[in-house]
Amino acid sequence: MESNQLLQIIYFLEDSYIGEYVRSSLWLFPVIQSFHLIGLGILGGAVVIGDFRLLGILMKTETTSYVIKVTKPWFNFGLSILILTGIPLFLSEAVKCYYSRAFWIKISCLLIGTIFVYFIRNPIVLSREENFLMKILGVLSFSIWVVTAASGRWIGFS
Amino acid sequence: MLNFVDWLASTSGSIALRESLYMYPWIESAHVLFIAIFFGTLLFVDLRLTGYGFKNLSISQMNSKILPLTIIGFILMITTGLLLFYALPIRNYHNLFFRIKLFLMLLAGLNAWHFHRTMNRQGKAWDKNSFIPFWMKASATISLVLWGLVIISGRMIAYNWFDCDKQPQSELVNFLISCTVDPEIYEYLNGI
Repeated sequence: MESNQLLQIIYFLEDSYIGEYVRSSLWLFPVIQSFHLIGLGILGGAVVIGDFRLLGILMKTETTSYVIKVTKPWFNFGLSILILTGIPLFLSEAVKCYYSRAFWIKISCLLIGTIFVYFIRNPIVLSREENFLMKILGVLSFSIWVVTAASGRWIGFS
Repeated sequence: MLNFVDWLASTSGSIALRESLYMYPWIESAHVLFIAIFFGTLLFVDLRLTGYGFKNLSISQMNSKILPLTIIGFILMITTGLLLFYALPIRNYHNLFFRIKLFLMLLAGLNAWHFHRTMNRQGKAWDKNSFIPFWMKASATISLVLWGLVIISGRMIAYNWFDCDKQPQSELVNFLISCTVDPEIYEYLNGI
């Protein structure tokens, strides 16, 4: 897609009802941001405990598949809150996001991280006994989510 | 107190943090990541206490495996938080949400202190019966709610609807943020 067309879509999104609504309120943006942070906390817990187990740092007496199985619903829950609150935040300042490098890094990492967790990390961990590969999966997943969160925070500084 | 805050703001470290282009955002981003580690691991500890999550582990096993990470997250979160305060002492001192946040953290601290004191006395029985009293479950839930509110009020610090330099504010707000203003402001407000 030509970037010109993309920019048109971005303007359309910024002018959307939700975008207008969030922008017109003094309180809504910070309040949604706060819940976005709580979603990050929930996702963060599932990522830290899951990936640190894969790395062999915590819960070594529990199997990797058990730890991933228990953290998975909370990963889903945290990610759902993040997406549901992230969409109105984005719509309210879509044009700013379009010109923000931090935003594009964040969105790329979010996509990579989500695909990685659901299609690579979880299926491998849940179907196999623990082996050295798990440490690599843990490092990758943890790093991607750290960059996603940090670059997300950075959108506000750009 | 105000003298202390004024002095803090005049120290070279505070000025350097405030004026540097990248230090503040880096510390702020680290603060957010440590919040995620602290709050996220606390979530699983509190879930276990209320009977969800890692049910294969006993309460004391769960605590010994996860709480150290929660405490590391807490220390790093507090350290970066103090640096953020140190960068803008006067503004934070007069910030309504900062004050609400400190108050909520005090409540969360008292709740944690009471919880751990009870657990040290009764914890063995909880493991044996795999049951904890209702009030202890409530305390675990209150912990999550309070820390959630701490996160919300913390995020709000960045917004300055109630800052001293945003007058007129109501008498109550000015009282809560220790802001001295010309009393005429209230006469003006009553007039509206």
